[in-house]
Amino acid sequence: MYRYDEFDERFVRERVAQFRDQVARRLDGSLTEDEFKPLRLKNGVYLQLHAYMLRIAVPYGTLSSKQLRQLALIGERFDRGYGHFTTRQNLQFNWPKLRDVPEILDLLADVGMHCIQTSGNCIRNVTADAFAGVATDEIEDPRPAAELIRQWSSAHPEFSYLPRKFKIAVTGASHDRAVVKAHDIGLTVVRHPDTHEIGYQLIVGGGLGRTPMIGKVVREFLPKGDLLAYLEAIMRVYNLEGRRDNKYKARVKILVHEIGVETFRARVEEEFAKLEGPSINADPEEVARIAAFFAPPAYETLPLTSRAFEAARIGNAAFAEWVDVNVVRHKVSGHAALTISLKPVGGIPGDATSEQMRVVADLAERFSHSEIRVTHQQNLVLPHVKQTDLFALWQGLVAAGLATANIGLITDIIACPGLDYCALATARSIPIAQAIATRFADSARQRDIGELNIKISGCINACGHHHVGHIGILGLEKRGAESYQITLGGDATENAAIGEILGPGLTAGEVPDAIERIVEVYLAQRQPEETFISAVRRLGLAPFKAAFAQGVEATNINPEVSHAAA
Amino acid sequence: MPLLDRNGARDDVWQLVDAPAVSNIAHALLRWDDVQAGLPATVAGQHLGLLIPNTVRTGALLPLLPRLALTAIIFPAYGDGRGFSIARQLRDAGFAGTLRATGPLIADQLAYALACGFDEIDLTEASAARQPAGQWQTAAAAMSATYQRGYGSRLNILDQRRAARSGAHV
Repeated sequence: MYRYDEFDERFVRERVAQFRDQVARRLDGSLTEDEFKPLRLKNGVYLQLHAYMLRIAVPYGTLSSKQLRQLALIGERFDRGYGHFTTRQNLQFNWPKLRDVPEILDLLADVGMHCIQTSGNCIRNVTADAFAGVATDEIEDPRPAAELIRQWSSAHPEFSYLPRKFKIAVTGASHDRAVVKAHDIGLTVVRHPDTHEIGYQLIVGGGLGRTPMIGKVVREFLPKGDLLAYLEAIMRVYNLEGRRDNKYKARVKILVHEIGVETFRARVEEEFAKLEGPSINADPEEVARIAAFFAPPAYETLPLTSRAFEAARIGNAAFAEWVDVNVVRHKVSGHAALTISLKPVGGIPGDATSEQMRVVADLAERFSHSEIRVTHQQNLVLPHVKQTDLFALWQGLVAAGLATANIGLITDIIACPGLDYCALATARSIPIAQAIATRFADSARQRDIGELNIKISGCINACGHHHVGHIGILGLEKRGAESYQITLGGDATENAAIGEILGPGLTAGEVPDAIERIVEVYLAQRQPEETFISAVRRLGLAPFKAAFAQGVEATNINPEVSHAAA
Repeated sequence: MPLLDRNGARDDVWQLVDAPAVSNIAHALLRWDDVQAGLPATVAGQHLGLLIPNTVRTGALLPLLPRLALTAIIFPAYGDGRGFSIARQLRDAGFAGTLRATGPLIADQLAYALACGFDEIDLTEASAARQPAGQWQTAAAAMSATYQRGYGSRLNILDQRRAARSGAHV
């Protein structure tokens, strides 16, 4: 894991002092509220429906046990004893007081953390594959690049007043777990087909929100050493040419769409050609310095599978189920990576209490080289666990209510905070997630249905990634009531796709039945071993639309509606 | 309008003029729209400045740069950061004259403006009245080093690390 040196430490401390000074200048009237707001946002402080919200950066989703304990402490001391992990791998506190924010920032700085650029029209916290460094399909750990980008993008003199927010995601694997095609820039570690040199593929102009778009390849292969100069070229073209007349058309995806990817690429390459790379890029020694922090921990040499582990699996059905669903293969023999679900049936997706954070921090310290990852699906990963330790670890999770075995299943739902917290929301998200999870609570049924991603957003801004959910749910407000639009066929992986709308909006109460009908079509028509999303691709939307429409008609045949129609 | 640079408030010798009057002024600041009419009217020894909107492509300015002692880039709002990129491009293109940011900037942007190649900020009266010159200097010194290479004269963190490494090797 990356550790701050004296320069990083000083930077973060100075940033805290700078924010204190900005608050003081707001209070004495030097800055107007309009001037102060972007400064506050660039330090992660939002004004929400009921209170301020503080968004803490978890760079590329990697946390140490020490950092997670500090978050637990902050949650206890300044919030209501819990925090909320987000779809951008960050952590939000929903109830801090504005006057406490500088003190919270100090506590974060004590463990090498900050809230820098977790909001505002700037380059946001960089996200990454949650299984970086341990995935079996990875060319190279992408986090050294992410850390380099984190540093380079922090308080950037030229790119801190962009047309709109700018999100970068990185992956080093062939299977995309970082949704790189739905980011402003998606960076994938690739090997050059001829030279076998390792470099980056750069995708630009993906995004969700009200105009969902799949990103386009701007550079098939960029040598590693040119990363910062190339990013500078992309950002300069966007800063100069991105639209500023309409905030809903200001993201880079609109620029790429309007001028076309060929023109955009030509503009970037022209800018890149003018730059003097060696004066901008990090030198190889600096790149190596950062990369060294991400070297694998000292794994024990172990046989491919552990006998004790296999015995425990045979002897305990609940453990076996959890292993089947939540544990994945590791690139190192005898080890495993596992996901801790923050989606208990009936719970709030992504919420963790301070007590649970401490349990996870302790278990990570005992069993995972003190390392934790936050996934964009709002769960936690322990990436470096010996198979022989899995049973003891699982028992620890059971005791803390963290052993839900539903990763990737229908109850592992992504949901934004929605109208329960968010000032932008037009509908609630959390209760919808809870109602669906309750409906499908039976674990045998969940496993029978298999992999199915439901993603819920409480407004068009799409923080819940509904466009790329196998089933997406978008909460809107129609004539004073919440209305939920269902989409089908979205995909957040390397096969990225935007879901299509199935039919008219539903009331909150109708949503679980509609999901049920969609699932029934799949169960009735699937072929052996065929996943939900594969079946949707093979069958097309028609059978699902038909089942959806039947349900809508059924609900509409009630006296009130008949009367109104007459 | 109030003018300030890295050292605080300063006097403004430049005078915004209409094209026909340009030859009478020692430090004449022409609007972008008046360039074609104003340039032929300039006289030898006169200092010429150009006030440009932030929508002008740098390429269109390049032929004019040798004649300009000052380029002033308009910031229509402090949140519109196009001027930072234009400044950077002009410096990269070799412009050695004075670069001025004209508009309602805030104190926290002075360090960024200097790093991108600006020399001075021409503020609105209202902004200057709320933000005394001292605040700008304090704000500019808030972060002692940046992570970006190639921005401004201040030593950046990457080069400081490199210096520390080479020192350790000796």
